[in-house]
Amino acid sequence: MSNNYLDIIRPGINTTFQDKGRDHLYHIGIPFSGAMDNRNYLIANKLVNNKLDSSVIEFAFQGPHLKYSGERINFAVTGDVIFSIKKKDTEIKGNCYQSYQIENGDEINIVSTNKSVYGYLALGGELDLKFQWNSCSINTKANIGSNDGKKLDVGQRINLKKINSNKDIKKINYINIKIENIRVMKGTNFDYFSEQGKQIFFEKEFIVSKLSDRMGMRLEGPKIENIVNTNIKSEGLIKGVIQVPADGNPIIMLSDHGTVGGYPKIGAVASVDYDRLVQMAPGSKIKFKEINLSDAETLFKLYEMETQNLLSQI
Amino acid sequence: MIKNISNLGDAALYCDFGNEVNKSINSQVIKYFKTIKEKKFKGINNLTPSYNKLIISYDLKKTNFKEVKNYVENIDAKESQDIVSKKLEIPVCCHENFSLDIKRLEEILKLSREKILENFLNKEYFCYMTGFIAGMPFLGDLDENMRAQRLETPRVKVPKGSVALTEQFANIYTFESPGGWNILGNTPLDVFDSSKEDKPNLINPGDTVIFKEITLDQYKNFNE
Repeated sequence: MSNNYLDIIRPGINTTFQDKGRDHLYHIGIPFSGAMDNRNYLIANKLVNNKLDSSVIEFAFQGPHLKYSGERINFAVTGDVIFSIKKKDTEIKGNCYQSYQIENGDEINIVSTNKSVYGYLALGGELDLKFQWNSCSINTKANIGSNDGKKLDVGQRINLKKINSNKDIKKINYINIKIENIRVMKGTNFDYFSEQGKQIFFEKEFIVSKLSDRMGMRLEGPKIENIVNTNIKSEGLIKGVIQVPADGNPIIMLSDHGTVGGYPKIGAVASVDYDRLVQMAPGSKIKFKEINLSDAETLFKLYEMETQNLLSQI
Repeated sequence: MIKNISNLGDAALYCDFGNEVNKSINSQVIKYFKTIKEKKFKGINNLTPSYNKLIISYDLKKTNFKEVKNYVENIDAKESQDIVSKKLEIPVCCHENFSLDIKRLEEILKLSREKILENFLNKEYFCYMTGFIAGMPFLGDLDENMRAQRLETPRVKVPKGSVALTEQFANIYTFESPGGWNILGNTPLDVFDSSKEDKPNLINPGDTVIFKEITLDQYKNFNE
């Protein structure tokens, strides 16, 4: 039994434990999973002095309401998130990208993400979780990971194996930039689509559909016409791949994607834009801009340097 | 042999072995898969073999397309051990409780239920790949007269253990999932077990599978 724990008063819509994910398992049908927005995941851990690959609580849209019991502990929330901290009789508004201390009886209430999808709650120390293939990451479709692979539910208790508490409040100035343009490389079946279809893909606006989750993001907009074959022999996928099924509406593979698929691939999202892509909420406008491989590699390097630079400022 | 290597996005190699689906091409894919997997090249974090393609994904923080492509082009896939493959018998119950699409198959294939089962059971199928959902094996090839298209509207929930057909392939739904294949029966066997981290998949690429019919009573008593 742990003496330091959080009770879930309200679980939120899709609250899971996540970390860096699991690799070397595509060939048996298991995707990466892991935190959707990697940069915000890393910053959350750094703000509470955790190792960068520690387990965190990821939430989507509405987050959890938690009551803490135990010794003093630090926590931080990252993303674009509205939350409050309740201590005895006072309730204060929380700021993202800043660590706070909580004590026995305090509550964290994560109301919602603001015009975005995912947010992260890191607790100073170590959550007591079951690991599968070196990762706690919950994949609710395959029921893999901690919590029997299921999202968190009301009445559950989250135990901490270790805690660290630090009086120094850590803080960083960071704003999540919202973008409409997502850079993509042409996919391996780009030529399956009509000239008009290709043009639509790179020039028209699409809308993120409500039928989007950790597996994939479905888009709505002008139909992309296939002139060769609407099915291919199933083959491997990676996150960021954009498939177009027979109905002409693109689907972008996200972190919990099926490992193989049989729809033609029109494109693949550049890694540099992945963290920002996953934060696009249903109803958001999205436009694809073509980028070549070498520019995509360079831009990712710059993005990664920027992430490391942010982490070093904490 | 690999016919062409291109990029799939900025973090994966797309190795194309051709467009045909047959054992010999698939064995080439698996040979490369096993060789690269054993060698643990820096930065490669996933390999996905399929009928005639191999996707090699890598961590863009550690390597890049040029490096991985150069590595793959110079690899000697012959060094790898010949594929160690198992022969597995999978019990399947084709009672009407489980063979949800038998009527549809009878209509499409213009064969009786008895003939469909006779054609399907007690024959060797080759496992080309596993995936889509964890542990799902893609088995082939079905006889020419057994090939049916996917359902026009996929089911929202296919029961766990369903044995299903599409085109020249058969598969097993390792857990409840959406899916559009024609369901012929159900196996009580656990084909995917996430508690066995070193060997979660019962069936692996290169294995041979034979379906053996069991009765409803045998099905019910199977896990006792």
